[in-house]
Amino acid sequence: MQEWANQLCENRQFGSKMTDSKYFTTTKKGEIFELKAELNSDKKEKKKEAVKKVIASMTVGKDVSALFPDVVNCMQTDNLELKKLVYLYLMNYAKSQPDMAIMAVNTFVKDCEDPNPLIRALAVRTMGCIRVDKITEYLCEPLRKCLKDEDPYVRKTAAVCVAKLHDINAQLVEDQGFLDTLKDLISDSNPMVVANAVAALSEIAESHPNSNLLDLNPQSINKLLTALNECTEWGQIFILDCLANYTPRDDRESQSICERVTPRLSHANSAVVLSAVKVLMKFMEMLPKDLDYYGTLLKKLAPPLVTLLSAEPELQYVALRNINLIVQKRPEILKHEMKVFFVKYNDPIYVKLEKLDIMIRLASQANIAQVLAELKEYATEVDVDFVRKAVRAIGRCAIKVEQSAERCVSTLLDLIQTKVNYVVQEAIVVIKDIFRKYPNKYESVIATLCENLDSLDEPEARAAMIWIVGEYAERIDNADELLESFLEGFHDESTQVQLQLLTAIVKLFLKKPTETQELVQQVLSLATQDSDNPDLRDRGYIYWRLLSTDPVAAKEVVLAEKPLISEETDLIEPTLLEELICHIGTLASVYHKPPSAFVEGSRGVQHKRIPIRSGSGESSESQDTGGAPGATEAPAAVIPSQGDLLGDLLNLDLTPPTSTAGAPPGPPMPMGGMDLLGGGLDSLLGGDIGGSPAMGSGFGAPAAVMPSSLNAPVGGGLGDLFDLGGGVGMPMGTFVPPKTLWLPAMKGKGLEIMGTFARRAGVIQMEMTLTNKAMSVMTDFAIQFNRNSFGLAPAGPLQVPTPLSPNQTIDVSLPLNTGGPVMKMEPLNNLQVAVKNNIDVFYFSCQYPISMLFVEDGKMDRQVFLATWKDIPNENEAQFQINDCHLNSDAASNKLQGSNVFTIAKRTVEGQDMLYQSMKLTNGICVLTELRVQTGSPTYTVSLKCRAPEVSQCVFQCYEAALKN
Amino acid sequence: MIHSLFLVNSSGDIFLEKHWKSVVSRSVCDYFFEAQERATEPENVPPVIPTPHHYLISVLRHRIYFVAVIQSEVPPLFVIEFLHRVVDTFQDYFGVCTEAAIKDNVVVVYELLEEMLDNGFPLATESNILKELIKPPTILRTMVNTITGSTNVGEQLPTGQLSVVPWRRTGVKYTNNEAYFDVVEEIDVIIDKSGSTITAEIQGVIDACVKLTGMPDLTLSFMNPRLLDDVSFHPCVRFKRWEAERILSFIPPDGNFRLLSYHVSSQNLVAIPVYVKHNITFREGSSQGRFDLTLGPKQTMGKGVEAVLVSSQLPRGVLNANLSASQGTYTFDPVTKMLTWDVGKINPQKLPSLKGSMSLQAGASKPDENPSINIQFKIQQMAISGLKVNRLDMYGEKYKPFKGIKYMTKAGKFQVRT
Repeated sequence: MQEWANQLCENRQFGSKMTDSKYFTTTKKGEIFELKAELNSDKKEKKKEAVKKVIASMTVGKDVSALFPDVVNCMQTDNLELKKLVYLYLMNYAKSQPDMAIMAVNTFVKDCEDPNPLIRALAVRTMGCIRVDKITEYLCEPLRKCLKDEDPYVRKTAAVCVAKLHDINAQLVEDQGFLDTLKDLISDSNPMVVANAVAALSEIAESHPNSNLLDLNPQSINKLLTALNECTEWGQIFILDCLANYTPRDDRESQSICERVTPRLSHANSAVVLSAVKVLMKFMEMLPKDLDYYGTLLKKLAPPLVTLLSAEPELQYVALRNINLIVQKRPEILKHEMKVFFVKYNDPIYVKLEKLDIMIRLASQANIAQVLAELKEYATEVDVDFVRKAVRAIGRCAIKVEQSAERCVSTLLDLIQTKVNYVVQEAIVVIKDIFRKYPNKYESVIATLCENLDSLDEPEARAAMIWIVGEYAERIDNADELLESFLEGFHDESTQVQLQLLTAIVKLFLKKPTETQELVQQVLSLATQDSDNPDLRDRGYIYWRLLSTDPVAAKEVVLAEKPLISEETDLIEPTLLEELICHIGTLASVYHKPPSAFVEGSRGVQHKRIPIRSGSGESSESQDTGGAPGATEAPAAVIPSQGDLLGDLLNLDLTPPTSTAGAPPGPPMPMGGMDLLGGGLDSLLGGDIGGSPAMGSGFGAPAAVMPSSLNAPVGGGLGDLFDLGGGVGMPMGTFVPPKTLWLPAMKGKGLEIMGTFARRAGVIQMEMTLTNKAMSVMTDFAIQFNRNSFGLAPAGPLQVPTPLSPNQTIDVSLPLNTGGPVMKMEPLNNLQVAVKNNIDVFYFSCQYPISMLFVEDGKMDRQVFLATWKDIPNENEAQFQINDCHLNSDAASNKLQGSNVFTIAKRTVEGQDMLYQSMKLTNGICVLTELRVQTGSPTYTVSLKCRAPEVSQCVFQCYEAALKN
Repeated sequence: MIHSLFLVNSSGDIFLEKHWKSVVSRSVCDYFFEAQERATEPENVPPVIPTPHHYLISVLRHRIYFVAVIQSEVPPLFVIEFLHRVVDTFQDYFGVCTEAAIKDNVVVVYELLEEMLDNGFPLATESNILKELIKPPTILRTMVNTITGSTNVGEQLPTGQLSVVPWRRTGVKYTNNEAYFDVVEEIDVIIDKSGSTITAEIQGVIDACVKLTGMPDLTLSFMNPRLLDDVSFHPCVRFKRWEAERILSFIPPDGNFRLLSYHVSSQNLVAIPVYVKHNITFREGSSQGRFDLTLGPKQTMGKGVEAVLVSSQLPRGVLNANLSASQGTYTFDPVTKMLTWDVGKINPQKLPSLKGSMSLQAGASKPDENPSINIQFKIQQMAISGLKVNRLDMYGEKYKPFKGIKYMTKAGKFQVRT
């Protein structure tokens, strides 16, 4: 603080005279004029000062683009600093002043020939950053020269420039053969050039998923490994990431690569270390496990991972997320390092939570005493989230390490004695899981739990407590009173608690039928008659029928033995884990999601797999056996599937055992029989209530088939009807793009949304298919849009017939209007949507076809069309080509008409049909087009004119989409 | 790769932005501000934040958030490492890395950022090379530049950029040739209520200041190199030689650099240099609490423990603390409930203690949490792990340099639970 203050004082004294802060002081209106005058000054020094001022304004986000010509005039100078400053300016503003930027081209071209390599490199580097199409044309020749420059500094700069150019104009790069030159640079003599070439190729390859740009073979691998030792730390990261994509031919090659990569584990840069870990984790899969080297390698991996944990907290966080993957894949690496994951009280919360997760994964009989002592300590900390997670962790320990269960339970009881509200509630939730894992062992604690009944206010804790009371009703003398006390406020409880209460009372009734008849009547009527929740109602009816038809069967079903819960929870699914191991160190590994699921830039990421081991000397048969361990190693963590339905019927909506609060939703587990609605009811109504012991399987069997068959007809059928309705009305319906995935279930905590937009009878519709892939019901849906380019807004509330039960799919259609607030989006037709349900709020963005906004009265009068066409300046004209379209002009016109694109006139000149068309957007913007169709040629040319040229690209996309469908 | 960088100060204003590709609107930072609002403490802002089109990766240093924007799959560690490198460079250039210093040197900052990344790819991040490209500002140079109109941008291609030893510039000349090494160890400890050690580990670094003429080739050997089983080296260290002989052999960069960092893990026995006797109690039903704390040295090999500072976050229910310190001064901030006691030096004959009572809100129940005690200290001339340098030799040059080794032990995260 003191230092801070001193700095400020010092700054006051000197700042105004000596430092750049003087550039910030001028905020007067005439600033731009003053600068203009200074820039045109004859004095070199004054000029430089002026450019500095301009740059300073630019850095804080002020718009100084008006000075463009004056700054560019300063470019021709021998002063390198001034030149650099002008280049900095150019990079920022060239895009907004493309015509002016052309003025600079000559200087660039000249600088690319300069004898000083620094200037050559600077020029080619800057030119690549100017994202103006016209300039890129001039860039090709100098770039070609620079790629073959004698100076490696220039070559390495040029390599990156190819990636820049590719970003601006991919076609140009391919046509000019730059990609091949770049590939040649991988064999360059200078390691820095190699590293940059690899980096550039990797970036380009990301947008070309299927190209084999980085076609690695043993020779090029050797080149890369040599360069790895000599290039900069950043280059090492690029090379290591590239190596990770290679699949060695046999275990010998794999071992030799591992040997050469291992020294990177001692690098000071943590990103290098983690990339090296990735390569090793992937390639060691191919090594035979009995090899000595395999053991050595495992030992070498631990220390660098531990070291990462002593770095800055941000680095620790990323490291911990990756270690979480590594301990799932190979727990042996860190099994002795438990202590480094102990939480320090001033760790940031995000580090604390991750450490806790890993502690549980590493917990074993050997270290459980220590872990428990730690967890108990954490449970008394201040941060509520952390405390909750620590309490849950104690429960997970009990379930994972049987020997420790007793100690865990007594620790939990100690915590309950603290009477801290959230600790008690969390403890009760985990004790329920312990009961399920070790039935009939710890029931002595029930009395203590019951004392705390009144303090429970969270649904999950209440539900857990009710489950316990129902499950052990015969041992709790006043079970009926306890449950009755919950019944009073039945309708105010959450669904979870209601369902649980219903089941618990039925259990109680089956155990003590004489005293509780009244109670069960009461709850059944509450559930079936007074509730509008279909889940609750259906469950109530099932019980009712069961109890009234055959009490023996009811007992068999409701009080059946429950399947035990699994030891490990929230493990990542093995295939996903393998993929993530191949992506250690990336964003995917931080989010524990496959890369294809979320990063926008990676349009087509290939799914990476750990290679199957194949020994150099072994035959192909060994491949099978080599592959098998990978598959079998992963423990079948999920509850045995035949028990699913029954288990769920009984335990109902208790969340899966010991799932942690903050954990990301796991991969959809095959919990087929979750839906009572589907399986249970069907079989019941099917009159299958004959033999009592067969009951269990009677439930199981149909449900197993159900999920797929249920989803399709109910949800899809409705959609089909709807589609038809729209189609029949108009002969050539508006083009409706197929539904695309907007919100993947991974991101939506189990809610998946597919959707599209359509215009039906003049109303814009947003059509969505919602699928619940989570394990609990979803309710309370609502939708909102962010401000968008055309003011789209929902015309009414989102009508979702709730609740949406697990595995259920429904189609909804939301009418939209265009009366909402307007803000220009990039791209123009981008729409940011927020969907809310009882679980969370989810955000996603989607793009709507602009044809949706074409109004029905968009047909222009011929004269008006002509006049308007002439009136719009030629700069606003845009031309596009549509390839591979095999319609004749009439068919095209018809098709477009369906999308409210109206043909006003048609001319035929020399075998070429010209269609003149108009359309009007909801906000009144008119778009005029000329569509040229050469008979026999599959290429159409569209010329577009509009007063708002921004829409051209979107309109063109609609043309293309409509004509090709 | 790295798309843009925003610098955000503690009050949530963006005071600098830099874009290496197309311009990303600063509104993208709104997602960051949201996360910042949610976080209870400034350091609790998550380092990776997803937004619909970008990812924001941030580090917090010197009360400034450095927020990088990325659009495609980029290793987050790469970004975080780079951001830390940016901060280090600023600190190296301007002495401090504060908002004021950055604003004062905004043009140099901009030049540096442009030189450090090209299109999002790191270009020159070695401070030796950067200093050849862009000279650090000094008051003298600013004045000279103003008068003579010369520039602080180098005209020559930095020589180190492409050589086999990219970290060292050529043509280095000194009249006094000297090489100093500081062995600094930080000890991280958690001690539980009963005084037994839960974890103890040592993070050590060897920082060097080498000012030697020409291309010296140094070797550094240790008395007990076995201690170092988990090390990360500066790129200049020859790894093969270390593997084979456990000797550090390297051509050093010019000036200050970190030669290696190492980690002595909890599996080795770690000596704990101080002990704490504490008795912090609250009685049920009373509005008073007792506070009693005594510090003492142990296992310091006869070296004095200095600059001792004790801090503890007392429970929220504590209104005030009425204590008396046998030496040093203590302060209690009734708003943040932070108790700090500046002890100074520990005298083994007369152990420092802090005793007294705490007053609680009348009628409030006994606080649930137990305060942790955090201790900072320094011990000169000792490396707590016992690491000792054996000898330092120089090859490749004729002159005889001055050599010096200094040892120091500091408390890292030294926590005592009560």
